[in-house]
Amino acid sequence: MNATPESRAPLSGSRIRPSAPASVASSVSRISARDVTVHYGPKQAIFDVSIEIPEKSVTAFIGPSGCGKSTFLRCFNRMNDTIEGCKVGGLITIDGDDIHDPSLDVVELRARVGMVFQKPNPFPKSIYDNIAYGPRIHGLVKTKAETDDLVESSLKKAGLWKEVADRLDAPGTGLSGGQQQRLCIARTIATGPEVILMDEPCSALDPIATSIVEDLIHELRAQYTIIIVTHSMQQAARVSQKTAFFHLGKLIEYGETEQIFVNPKEKQTEAYITGRIG
Amino acid sequence: MTEILETEAAANDRRRAQVRKSLARRNGAETRFKLLGLASVLAAMAFVAVLFGNILMKGVPAFWQYNLDAEVFFDPAVINVPERPVQQPGQSAADFQAEMLAWQRRLALVNWNRLITASVQGAGAGVEIDDRSAVSVIDSGARFVLRDMVAADPALIGQTRTVRLLLSADGDNWAKGKLSRDLPDSRQQLSRPARDTIDALIASGAVHRSFAWHIFTNVDSRASPASAGLAGAFMGSFYMMLVVILLAVPVGVASALYLEEFAPKNRITDLIEVNINNLAAVPSIVFGLLGAAVFINIFHLPLSAPLVGGLVLTLMTLPTIIIATRSALRAVPPSLRQAALGIGASKMQMVFHHVLPVTFPGILTASIIGVAQALGETAPLLLIGMNAFVANIPATPLDQSAALPVQVYLWQGNENRNFFEERTFAAIIVLLGLMILLNALAIWLRTRLERKA
Repeated sequence: MNATPESRAPLSGSRIRPSAPASVASSVSRISARDVTVHYGPKQAIFDVSIEIPEKSVTAFIGPSGCGKSTFLRCFNRMNDTIEGCKVGGLITIDGDDIHDPSLDVVELRARVGMVFQKPNPFPKSIYDNIAYGPRIHGLVKTKAETDDLVESSLKKAGLWKEVADRLDAPGTGLSGGQQQRLCIARTIATGPEVILMDEPCSALDPIATSIVEDLIHELRAQYTIIIVTHSMQQAARVSQKTAFFHLGKLIEYGETEQIFVNPKEKQTEAYITGRIG
Repeated sequence: MTEILETEAAANDRRRAQVRKSLARRNGAETRFKLLGLASVLAAMAFVAVLFGNILMKGVPAFWQYNLDAEVFFDPAVINVPERPVQQPGQSAADFQAEMLAWQRRLALVNWNRLITASVQGAGAGVEIDDRSAVSVIDSGARFVLRDMVAADPALIGQTRTVRLLLSADGDNWAKGKLSRDLPDSRQQLSRPARDTIDALIASGAVHRSFAWHIFTNVDSRASPASAGLAGAFMGSFYMMLVVILLAVPVGVASALYLEEFAPKNRITDLIEVNINNLAAVPSIVFGLLGAAVFINIFHLPLSAPLVGGLVLTLMTLPTIIIATRSALRAVPPSLRQAALGIGASKMQMVFHHVLPVTFPGILTASIIGVAQALGETAPLLLIGMNAFVANIPATPLDQSAALPVQVYLWQGNENRNFFEERTFAAIIVLLGLMILLNALAIWLRTRLERKA
């Protein structure tokens, strides 16, 4: 809606048009993973993945179903901790801080690394409380006026303010699917994260809602480091600056999005993006 | 070519015929199953209807009892007591109290039955009735009614008042026509003049039915069965439910929360889970034995006390509440937990801010149903002495008390079958009424809270 014509994503998925290469800042590595492994009980899901994710850009994880891209994404805010029998190995650092360091509280990590889930999952509370909840528990807001301001600015950043300004007391679950997902993004933004993880944020949305969310991702890129897992290669091509291709738990290829889609180095990547596997 | 087409067409026809045949069989099976289901639902409903019909038919008449609107002359010759003492200036409170007690003792020694006899004889039945028969018509609790009237207002002495006196259990039976009029005098509980008096007074309208409020305000009584009520049992059950609500609900919900949300999943928690499930299946009388052994023998809590009953019922209700709460917690979609954790809520915040509010209706329903179950439980109470005859309203949960289900049990075993059968069903109606009320509350709260969520 607020997007510039260039960033306006095509609705039809037939044309792959990589986004412009990311800004200079993207060369600075913010998140770094070294030899990360994930086991679900005896089954290994991720094999020695190492990746450097640039700051203030969108990095897409693509790959066929079950390739481990979502599992790997959940390593960055330690959501895998909540899964019974899941073990994460290797080193992950954000700004040089080891996220598995015992002195780092996972709650603090999750305030820094926000997450948007596959299915919109607003709290069964009012729109206002959905946004205000995170800042309140983290003690980011003291007064009612501060909270009001934060709610408004978060909803504006998520492009939802105009649609809901007059019904902040209405339940968040009463919004449409696309609005709910933007509400979840606004809720994530409200806690002031540095990184936003998005786990297939558009897979439950219709094409119009998808395009609105994609525009939003474009805008958020200026402020946040975004990692997005997506099933749709078109989406990866539209929104991301860098793309990582996963297959069977391994990182096959990682590079500039344009290069991955136009000139993949690995045969498997080529096979996937041309539709021969996956 | 045509041959091939024909055989294909024939094959298609055959397949369709086969499908139709099997379809008939499948539809038949479905119809039979539906009919069977309908029949069992109807049978169950018929049973319930018969049960409730039977209870209501037998129990409702107990709520209306016969009374005599008696002209009672407070005869000064009979009530031979000095004037009620008045506190003299300079008299100490203790002295006045002692004087007052002495006066009340004098009042208690008065032969109140003579007033009753006189008023029955003078009621205008036109039947020659001896004193003994006359007194047998009226409930033996009536003399205390008269005594209390005079104690409250000594000016009554020498005056005539219309007093509504309850008919005795035998009199009530006779008036309600529950006793066969063909039995010979030797097998009747009331003498002939007493029976004739009642018949005549019903005809004249002096004896009539009215709503028996005393069922709700009086305690159990053996001496005057007609005035026996449920107040003591009701308060006993009330205290027990209070104990159950205050203990079983918080402990049960907290255990369920801990086991489901916080406890590590290992052999010990598995063992605990199996044991909780097994506890739910333990016969309730075993909990009574446990209560007798632990609360009474070891902790020396008093016998027949609602506190002990409440503790035993708490033990019995805990597994129900834990299991129901855990399944309510498990039904919370993982997306809600992820949303809370993803935003940086701690586990405790996730549970108390997000999971608990959405499970609240379920927990509430489980708790109320658990409490309703405890309300109707009888067997464990028998083992901790709550089947004793207690004729007072417990002031605290540590006083001896009856309980509603136990009162049903006691009344149905009462030797005065003619009168107490009806009374038993009346007690059952009160108990069922409370249960239905509790369940209705559960349903109302659930729909209300679910609409809000």
